[in-house]
Amino acid sequence: MIYLMYVLMFGFLLTAVIGLLASWIDRKVTARVQYRVGPPLMQPLTDIIKLLGKETLVPVGASKTAFLLAPLVGLASVILVSTLLWLNNINPKESFIGDLIVVVYLLTIPSVSIIMGGFASRNPLASLGASREMKLILGYELPFLLAILVPVIKSGLSIRLGDMLTAQMQNGVFIGSWSGFLAWLVVIFCMQAKLGLVPFDVAEAETEIAGGAIIEYSGPGLAVFRLMKNMLLFTLPFFVMILFMGGLRFDGIHFLYGVLKYVGLVALITVIRNTNPRVRIDQAVRWFWGPMTMMAIAAVLLAIWGR
Amino acid sequence: MAKTIVPIGPYHPLQEEPEFFTLTVEGEKIAAVDVSVGYNHRGIEKLSEMKTFDQSTFVIERICGICSTSHPYAYTRAVEDIIPVEVPDRAKYIRTIIAEGERIHSHLLWLGLAGHFLGYNTVFMWAWKLREEILDVMEILSGNRNNYAMFKPGGVRRDIKSGDIPGVIRKIDSIVPTLEMLKKAVMDDPVLHARTKGVGILTKEEAKGYSALGPTARASGVARDVRKDAPYGAYDKVEWKMIVTQNGDVFDKVLLRVLEMLESAKIMKACLSNLPQGDIDLRLKDIPPGEGIGCAEAPRGEVFHYVRSDGTNRPARHKVRAPTFMNLPTYKSTIVGETISDATIILAAIDPCYCCTERVAVRNVKGKKLYNGEDLVRLSQEKTEKIRKSMK
Repeated sequence: MIYLMYVLMFGFLLTAVIGLLASWIDRKVTARVQYRVGPPLMQPLTDIIKLLGKETLVPVGASKTAFLLAPLVGLASVILVSTLLWLNNINPKESFIGDLIVVVYLLTIPSVSIIMGGFASRNPLASLGASREMKLILGYELPFLLAILVPVIKSGLSIRLGDMLTAQMQNGVFIGSWSGFLAWLVVIFCMQAKLGLVPFDVAEAETEIAGGAIIEYSGPGLAVFRLMKNMLLFTLPFFVMILFMGGLRFDGIHFLYGVLKYVGLVALITVIRNTNPRVRIDQAVRWFWGPMTMMAIAAVLLAIWGR
Repeated sequence: MAKTIVPIGPYHPLQEEPEFFTLTVEGEKIAAVDVSVGYNHRGIEKLSEMKTFDQSTFVIERICGICSTSHPYAYTRAVEDIIPVEVPDRAKYIRTIIAEGERIHSHLLWLGLAGHFLGYNTVFMWAWKLREEILDVMEILSGNRNNYAMFKPGGVRRDIKSGDIPGVIRKIDSIVPTLEMLKKAVMDDPVLHARTKGVGILTKEEAKGYSALGPTARASGVARDVRKDAPYGAYDKVEWKMIVTQNGDVFDKVLLRVLEMLESAKIMKACLSNLPQGDIDLRLKDIPPGEGIGCAEAPRGEVFHYVRSDGTNRPARHKVRAPTFMNLPTYKSTIVGETISDATIILAAIDPCYCCTERVAVRNVKGKKLYNGEDLVRLSQEKTEKIRKSMK
């Protein structure tokens, strides 16, 4: 029963609220950078409510079940991941061994759900977007996993998030070390790709393939995808915080630090997405398999060496 | 590999005008491209033939909202060519100032759009913010932000007040540093290089073969510019240089346009500070029978107008050829073999203006095209023959 409360209260509600807020910050900062006014505070929520009230359209020839299920699968996995992360932060002792692996798996599901929805809609542009997303996953998962090895090594080969938090609480945050910093850099780029933001928004690429994988989505389906993406804007930086930056602590001044860390990460994401053009898919994969993987390997070696 | 058709258009977030590209792709690679225009035909030439010579200027101005000066420029030159007369020096300078201001705003608009196509929305917004400044300048000079209504056969409609000049020059001076910054940003940004260098190359031979015009030709190393080749207005009276780059890829086209803006600012300033005194209008009364041609270097290339007069107060025949008409076929060599990701920026790189280029497309109720190219050529020859007979 207590876990159900965790899922509903923290995993869904709190994450959604913070995610929507973060997406508002992202949009507002972007607008100010571009000499625009930007949306009012409630705009992300209003968008989603408006979309939820619209008709559900399924394109002719699409696989109905897969098309309608895809957004829900994505949203469910994000809710589950957020629950696990909150659980770890609130009570580091309560999580189970191997939850890191579960989180990494679940973080791939949103992308998979986009691929699923794209292929199910039977639109050539959607298929193109879905295949790009697939290539992108192949690209960024390798350096992402390698970079995650660093906190694992640093916390004494533990695959429990709780242990990592405790280790950072005792010995200082991982980002403070050379290996931790390198791995953090790699993860930031992977995070940008996972969020599907410029320069790695190849799967949606509005001006190239008109929305790509989600081109056929409208109404509630699109709303759920939107909500999923907004929640990821909380979940992924939160995950990075846990891995490298000591997570969110609830004792006094540390809570304020935690909030600042999170806002800083969101600001970094916004800055990256506003100061770069979109790369091509081949360039993205080359970037992740080349320099990023090299950097991640270097970070792992440094971590083994003890730096 | 299986071939798929990827449609871009007739309505697409990429395009601000309706036109239709059919890309035949193998995976992500483009195997063939088909362009069809004709979604927005307005019959401007016919409209112009129904107005007086003076009224036509306003119709012609509305062919295109962006190069709204080049068309009247070419048209008024064509009408002046019928008589023939030379317009007063002051009118020439004012025409040059307006044309160059338009070039800056058009190139900035394109630069912003190019950024948008590459997913670089910050550049989009910044370039358009800067464009507002130049539009303000145009408003001070002509009273309008766009469609300046400054041209008339025989001169210009409005004078530039000498009191306005220092302020305008100051304003242009304030734009130049930002343009310099843009130039630096274009030359230094590594991701921009990765996206545009070596993409959509048009070689010098191909550019010549397709008779490409304007920046499209100049970026491929073909030094072709009406302002230098057959100087008109004040272009032979002020110092400026034609920008030519060699590689013909998208990057060169971006760079070329940024550099051209700096040259335009230079021309504007030189013209404003050396504005000669005198009349601004010849006050033409009648246009004698005859024919005349006029051309002007629009931001996209050479605009060409042909006007025939039969002695009445309206043109008997008016023919418009916009630069995009010549630049469109270059897609055949630039886009085939590239990937879909690059398609949009290559399509945009010639700075296409479809409303200028629109041609008639006749379709039946089921949407099938009724005439092919040969039919249209035959119809056009028949019509020319008819006109020729009526002229005798």
